[in-house]
Amino acid sequence: MKLNELTAHELHEKLVGKEVSATEITKTVYERIDAVEGKVNSYVTLTREQAIAQANEIDHRIKNGETVTPLMGIPIAIKDNMCTDGVKTTCSSKMLADFVSPYNATVMNKLNTAGTVMIGKTNLDEFAMGGSTETSYFGTTHNPWDLERVPGGSSGGSAAAIAADEAIISLGSDTGGSIRQPASFCGIVGLKPTYGRVSRYGLVAFASSLDQIGPITKDVTDAALVMNAISGHDAMDSTSANVDVPDFTKALIPDVKGMKIGVPKEYLGEGVDQEVADNIQQSIKQFEAMGAKCEEISLPNTEYAVSVYYIIAPAEASSNLARFDGVRYTYRAEDANDLMELYCKSRSQGFGPEVKRRIMIGTYALSSGYYDAYYKKAQQVRTLIKQDFEKAFETYDVILSPTSPSAAFKIGEKASDPLSMYLSDICTIPVNLAGIPSISIPGGYNAAGMPIGIQLMGKAFDENTILRAAYAFEQNIKDTLKRAPLKG
Amino acid sequence: MIISKNDVEHVAKLARLEVSEEEKEELTGQLNNILDYVSKMNKIDTNNIKPTSHVLHLKNVFREDVAKENLNREKVFLNAPEHDGEHFIVPQVIES
Repeated sequence: MKLNELTAHELHEKLVGKEVSATEITKTVYERIDAVEGKVNSYVTLTREQAIAQANEIDHRIKNGETVTPLMGIPIAIKDNMCTDGVKTTCSSKMLADFVSPYNATVMNKLNTAGTVMIGKTNLDEFAMGGSTETSYFGTTHNPWDLERVPGGSSGGSAAAIAADEAIISLGSDTGGSIRQPASFCGIVGLKPTYGRVSRYGLVAFASSLDQIGPITKDVTDAALVMNAISGHDAMDSTSANVDVPDFTKALIPDVKGMKIGVPKEYLGEGVDQEVADNIQQSIKQFEAMGAKCEEISLPNTEYAVSVYYIIAPAEASSNLARFDGVRYTYRAEDANDLMELYCKSRSQGFGPEVKRRIMIGTYALSSGYYDAYYKKAQQVRTLIKQDFEKAFETYDVILSPTSPSAAFKIGEKASDPLSMYLSDICTIPVNLAGIPSISIPGGYNAAGMPIGIQLMGKAFDENTILRAAYAFEQNIKDTLKRAPLKG
Repeated sequence: MIISKNDVEHVAKLARLEVSEEEKEELTGQLNNILDYVSKMNKIDTNNIKPTSHVLHLKNVFREDVAKENLNREKVFLNAPEHDGEHFIVPQVIES
């Protein structure tokens, strides 16, 4: 196998054993990018010179006897809604097409401390609003398993980069499934941490009460390693939680004997592909064969989750996106006669249709006379959805479901019908509303050869239990896992 | 119909968005579809249910008021469409 096809922990061993250098690894990754990026379009910006310099420096430090820590010299792709000092952060929007971050997101400072090498900034649905990367101002990303299909979204570029071996690890952000759904569509691993586990400072805000940064990786071990690097309280984010951070790699034990797994029937109802439902049944058998106990459960308010989400997320977005005004650091319309026109024209020309649609929904839901009927009502139902989970976790350690009702769909298939696109978030949205952690791992493949993901949800701040279940499952089916067939 | 073309116009104004006639038509249809779907929330009785605005139940987070270094001016204006090194410049605000 080529270096760029390996995981972070495999490369780490090679770096420790001085079999390879960080520079060689980084160069191999760019060779792959040169060969396939024209087909996949994972990246908005590549930071080649900076990366080579970073890798050289790491090699220098290793040569000088510095201990090689787990992510040192490992190439990483960063979703382009996280601020990177001196590098463009576009959110895949015309509004920020030329925006160069004047500072680093906290996760970037942490990754720099960990010694990762940033390869580039990855494509996303504009301002992370979407499930396919089709709303990106810089063109859609293609799924490395089938270039005619979407990679999922909104972190589609990060997921495609990993599946196409154009990076070793990556970061995504997840507001309603934007880490997990693309991970499932691309046959890899995506973890949305508990709300508050990872600092959001420097993540361009979409829906502040739902957004969380997390890893998209080739396997569960790498996800745990990235979690170790990025987690923890941050004074710059007052919503980051001041709780102890465990060593997530301690959870990597291939044993689920006695673990109680609930399987909510509401996640397997109408609208779920038969092949996806079959895959869950197979996964249940797998877990039971490994000694876990699986039982059907009910999370009765699941059917309202999409409604709640499509009020709360746009409401928060309409407020967050008010800052893009054409004055300080964004696109500015040329032909404005006064300040009001400057705002209106800059925003209308700078935002794409999906972003405008959500700003409109959110503004409506928050406007005078509708606040109680929509926003407050949605927040009350959110309480009920959260309580469903709390009740279930009194009995069960983990909740298992599909990550998405279908495997990756064709580019263009849902682009003209926003509601059908929204409904495909049904399995991932409840997790964000409840603030709990959840991981998507490969569960199998459909008849067309496309990956199907399974989702493991856990208690707040108990990432370790879902990591353990995910790791045990992964080790068990390891020999059946495939790689994206993309040729250079 | 939950939301009319006039409502769409009003909301666009509130959101500081300029929408063409064509966009107005399209948005009216799409927003009605979405709001119609969302209205299924009304089936649940939420009397006496506390709203969740935030999962962590945070109260105000305070810190000591200490002076720290901020972004320097050069960095602040780095992305400005128009500035004079001390101010962001915008079109005339007050009528002459």
